Amino acid sequence: MRKVVTREAIANGSLALLLLAVPFAAIAMDEPFYVTLATRIAILALAAVGLNIALGLGGLVSFGHAAFFGLGGYAAGILATHAFNAEPLLLGIPATTSMPVIWLVALVVCGLVALPIGAVSLRTSGVYFIMITLAFAQMIYYFAISWPAYGGQDGLSIYVRNSFPGVNTALPLPLFLICYGLLLLGLVLFWTLRNSRFGAALQAARQNPTRLAAVGIAPFNIRLTAFTVSAMITGLAGALFADLNRFTSPSMLSWHMSGELIVLIILGGRGRLFGPVAGAMLFVLFEFALGGITERWQLFLGLILLGVVLFARGGLMGFIAGRERHG
Amino acid sequence: MAEPVLEIRDLKKSFGALKATDGVSLHLASGEIHALIGPNGAGKSTLIHQISGSLTPDSGKIRFLGQDIAGLDMAARARLGLARSFQTSSLAQEFSALRNVMLAVQARQGTSLRFFRPVMRDRSLTEPAMAMLERVGLAGRAHVPAAELSHGERRQLEIATALALGPKAFLLDEPMAGMGPEGAKNLTGFLDTLRQEAPILLVEHDMDAVFALADRVSVLVYGRIIATGDVDEIRNDPEVRRAYLGEPA
Repeated sequence: MRKVVTREAIANGSLALLLLAVPFAAIAMDEPFYVTLATRIAILALAAVGLNIALGLGGLVSFGHAAFFGLGGYAAGILATHAFNAEPLLLGIPATTSMPVIWLVALVVCGLVALPIGAVSLRTSGVYFIMITLAFAQMIYYFAISWPAYGGQDGLSIYVRNSFPGVNTALPLPLFLICYGLLLLGLVLFWTLRNSRFGAALQAARQNPTRLAAVGIAPFNIRLTAFTVSAMITGLAGALFADLNRFTSPSMLSWHMSGELIVLIILGGRGRLFGPVAGAMLFVLFEFALGGITERWQLFLGLILLGVVLFARGGLMGFIAGRERHG
Repeated sequence: MAEPVLEIRDLKKSFGALKATDGVSLHLASGEIHALIGPNGAGKSTLIHQISGSLTPDSGKIRFLGQDIAGLDMAARARLGLARSFQTSSLAQEFSALRNVMLAVQARQGTSLRFFRPVMRDRSLTEPAMAMLERVGLAGRAHVPAAELSHGERRQLEIATALALGPKAFLLDEPMAGMGPEGAKNLTGFLDTLRQEAPILLVEHDMDAVFALADRVSVLVYGRIIATGDVDEIRNDPEVRRAYLGEPA
């Protein structure tokens, strides 16, 4: 085997520590706003880690992952609203404000929705796959807008942030640590999947589906599993995002959000373990720094994205950690 | 005679007005190398695609190990033991040679829906894969990405992945293509020993290799088999000489 500590491992460790350090420094400097910013980075990174399984490892350019991000958000919002109003859900099931239960609901709902969407979408490929995932996500978006029970166009406020046993989630730092912890778990899961038999088949399906079929592995099942797991992780991030903002809105479901997640991955490095983290840091930094100067900050982001696509295909991780090698 | 490993009966496939496969029947018996020759555009690769499952024939039967495989896709046929190599190498380009072979080993061991154990630390994958690379003489290049291998090395790697499937029959589509004379000679020697493991349906342009290896030869011209026989019969068949070997009758 090669060197144990690679350049990529150093880069990954540095990014992880940097993100962890920001909120502590912010608290020390009495600037709690930066804690929120770091939390936003962690959550968007987690959402992109999910998409990175489908897009990065499997080459499945889903332009509909906002559907899962939003569904996770609505899971948090709806459960919190019912619990706040002390109204049971359907069939008298009591609602809850417990984050772990909400996360579980978000994971299950997103898995159950992703399975049929994936099963239909994965019959196509290329541009058709992009369009069909977009179409499904927009269907869910318009459904949310036209459903007045949960806010419709106005969205849904979470009056009291959901709770986590033994933690005061109303404070910014504990909430950051919860999100950061889940991001690390998501990264461990991505890493484990990538190195497993499943990951080998999934990456082969991206590189050459004919090769995969020629050894006797049907690409469809592998891709469907990847798409579903990918959606579940993005959904979990959506639940956290709703709790961070104490607000769920249809915009979480819109195609802008899907595009944003793809941009994060391309900026950071497609298929790279820390690509989504690097991408989310860069994105939120631009959003904050350029957004303070001009309302047209997305124009500059677009130019940078153009630069990355044209000159640095590996994204930020490709730039700092070099090309990826597979065993 | 025992039932053939692979049997094709009256296979037809047209692309518009072009009859690429026009009533082809042939079989592959155990222990033999059956060479399929013919001029460019005769429909050799089209035939291989239909047998392996990447093209659907218009009509006709394909039986493999006594089973009708018409309704099976490529992956299912591979799982039954039909291993193929491609005319132009078809590998996972970013993966190393070792990981390409490991993919075949993994497929042979059953489901790939295993999510936890890292493949590079799984000796039940790495060791058989390494052994296959050694057999084809590629062990020294095990950790080189397929994209960085030479053309000849990629052909060897294709053979190694086919071997790793432990197949019941090989479909080899021009394995010598683009190899130097030395490489072709080595591969000829290697394929000669391979027929003990599983019979080979060999599409090949290299006539030295075909005449050295084949137990039987079928000649395909314009989608039809115009002659089948042993090497001497084919060499002396006047119709074959006229249609393919390019000699006046």
